[in-house]
Amino acid sequence: MSVLSSTQSPASTGGVPPSSAAGRVRVPRWRRRLRPYLLIVPAVALCVGILYPFLLGVFYTLFNYSATKPVPDFVGVDNYVTVLTQGEFWHSAWVTGLFAVLATVVETVLGVGVALLLNRSSLLGRLLEKVLIVPLMIAPIIAAIIWKLMLWPSVGVLSHYLSMIGLGDLTAIDTAGKAMFWCVVIDTWIFTPFVAILALAALRSMPRSPFEAAAVDGASPWFTFRTLTLPMLWPYVLVAVIFRFMDSLKVFDVIYAFTQGGPGNATTTLQISAYLQAITYQRYSFGTTFMIVLWAIVYVVSMVLVRYLGRVQNRSAGK
Amino acid sequence: MAASGHDKFLGAGLGSGRLSRRSLLRGIGATAGLAASLPVLSACGFGGASDSAGSAANDISGSFDWKKHSGQEIKLLLNKHPYQEALVANLGKFTEQTGIKVNYDVFPEDNYFDKVTLELRSKAGNYDAFMLGAYMVWQYGPPGYLEDLKPWIDNTAATNADFAPDDFFPNLLQAGQWSFKNGDPLGGGKQWMLPWGWETNVVAYNSELFTKLGLKPAETFDELVELAAAIKQKAPGAGYPDMYGIAVRGSKSWATMHPGFMTMYSRFGLKDFTVADGKLEPAMNSAAAVDFTTRWASMVKASGPASWPTYSWYNCSGDLGAQKAGMMFDADTAAYFQSVPGASQAAGKLAFHPGPKGPDGSLATNMWIWSLGMNSASKKKAATWWFLQWATGKDHLTYAATQQSHIDPVRKSVADNAEYKQRLSNTPGFLDTFDAVVNDTKIQFTPQTQFFDATTSWAEALQKIYGGENAQSVLDALAADLKTKVNS
Repeated sequence: MSVLSSTQSPASTGGVPPSSAAGRVRVPRWRRRLRPYLLIVPAVALCVGILYPFLLGVFYTLFNYSATKPVPDFVGVDNYVTVLTQGEFWHSAWVTGLFAVLATVVETVLGVGVALLLNRSSLLGRLLEKVLIVPLMIAPIIAAIIWKLMLWPSVGVLSHYLSMIGLGDLTAIDTAGKAMFWCVVIDTWIFTPFVAILALAALRSMPRSPFEAAAVDGASPWFTFRTLTLPMLWPYVLVAVIFRFMDSLKVFDVIYAFTQGGPGNATTTLQISAYLQAITYQRYSFGTTFMIVLWAIVYVVSMVLVRYLGRVQNRSAGK
Repeated sequence: MAASGHDKFLGAGLGSGRLSRRSLLRGIGATAGLAASLPVLSACGFGGASDSAGSAANDISGSFDWKKHSGQEIKLLLNKHPYQEALVANLGKFTEQTGIKVNYDVFPEDNYFDKVTLELRSKAGNYDAFMLGAYMVWQYGPPGYLEDLKPWIDNTAATNADFAPDDFFPNLLQAGQWSFKNGDPLGGGKQWMLPWGWETNVVAYNSELFTKLGLKPAETFDELVELAAAIKQKAPGAGYPDMYGIAVRGSKSWATMHPGFMTMYSRFGLKDFTVADGKLEPAMNSAAAVDFTTRWASMVKASGPASWPTYSWYNCSGDLGAQKAGMMFDADTAAYFQSVPGASQAAGKLAFHPGPKGPDGSLATNMWIWSLGMNSASKKKAATWWFLQWATGKDHLTYAATQQSHIDPVRKSVADNAEYKQRLSNTPGFLDTFDAVVNDTKIQFTPQTQFFDATTSWAEALQKIYGGENAQSVLDALAADLKTKVNS
């Protein structure tokens, strides 16, 4: 770069970049000047790609745009007021929160448990490690449909086997409790491997020396787990919790494919409410308002969790 | 629209004679903001309904020629269905006859209408024609997504002489007509879709089971309730393990309301809405409607499928075919597909019956009609019309009814076809049932633009009643909610 004359333009060399004595190619000034802008193009494109639809969505929420109102009126924050004063919204928010907490807790506990089991070196462990990832490779909506077929009381395979041990009634999705139970089970089946893989990677990256010292001192396995493994594992578990909780708050595919939000409104999450409003009922502005409010909730919750994660990481690092 | 609000805003200051500099600036700013936002509104996809006054059909002149648009290509958006399969199987003949090439995409029913909605909403004209039902006209029509087909039908230069619109059953043709005014009955001068295939909602039953147990199809709703309970109680002992009484839809969807439920509801003379002074008044919470709904939910709870709140037509049909359901109150086609030899365990054992009559002997039946419509944003409307008149014409529909599983003819000439009758006579009760209900089968819902919200919410209410909530309270709450929505 340093050999490129600041006064020599490509035009002065007939458009052909002159080579220096060291054999380095001179880069034309216009290309030099363009380079920083080219470097930020992907970042700008990403920002625009994310921000444009988001801002457009916010813009839509200020109108009463729907299929029957193709030329809408400006309504200001009316949609937000309507959404936030509706029982439907708060019920959906409760269902969303309940599902997110249940799914995240179960997946985290199971995921960490599986990781601890797989951390022991054995043939079975190595085999299960490979199999573990399979549910993650299946699209959640496909997984939900498969589970729905397996639980079909008349011809479902799971229903058949559960009936043989007297639990056939469990597969009848006829109450709010059973519908939520199976939604959490399906989500757990899909995403527990995610937590397990993250926790397993953390376990394998831990330094050996503290554990060797604990063993020399005759510490019990429980003492070692409580005072060494868990504190070092906790930041990673928290990352998994943040990912899973954020994702669970946005759940749509698993529940919609399985119950469509029923029975009644027992499993109607905010995403399903938004989908019904915006797509099925074609109330574009109103449905989008649900989504913007959901975004605000996810944003605030994620900020709190990320801040907590930072504190935990600092504590873990002894800061 | 928004301007009226701003006019008021400005007018308040001017009218009061106290127009301060600050309020004037605020008004100018707001108006400028509105003016600046108008192109953005347009760019964002806001836009009015298309003007149907200048139909492209008027551009067609001369004598009709099937080959007039030879060399063009059109694209269809189709729902996975035996009627669609019959169409696809015969497309080669259309291309041979017209020289028009037809491309198509097929989507499963679960997300088909989402795809249609997004396509029409985009106004991109990627698809020229598509499958739809009457209820979709109520939603897609008012924003201007559908082409009025009447000018095309009326133009002799654009329509072949054998098309014969009078050959369609009148109630089916009428199902595709509407004024777009909430509460107005179907009919009028505009044709938003053409009848293509339809379904009556009747009772299909396992005749082998009925013979073994000495049962007869129910003639009243009370008999149906008793019959369903008797099947659940006795069928397992007669060699049908885990069989329950009656399969009906139950998922939280508009599709749950329109087959068996709405048919029986209508036979009781009940309405979803009444119309007074141009306003819709929800009627699903009337005393008679609450009574019927309670009895329906009780019947399903006692003798229906265990996972009823998740049941779509696919589950109902599957259970009838697998001999897990003794009866099904749903679309005749959903049962017919199971009765085709080799299709299911119940094949050859299924029979049809019109279902229970209402207290006054009514056989009012709700109808589902698969129709074909034209995208108003299509860039090849003439070639698309050539396709539509062929696909709903006598030749193709006769082929589909006699060679394929397109079993409920929309044309009288096809219903009278000897080969068709001979074919369907092998399915016990099918033709008799068809003849018994055909004149009473029509759209029983009140036409209105919020149909999908109203019926999905109604299905949700039905699930709550099934779950044990008080029917009157649930339906009162539903009616109060809908009253605002449908009249807004």
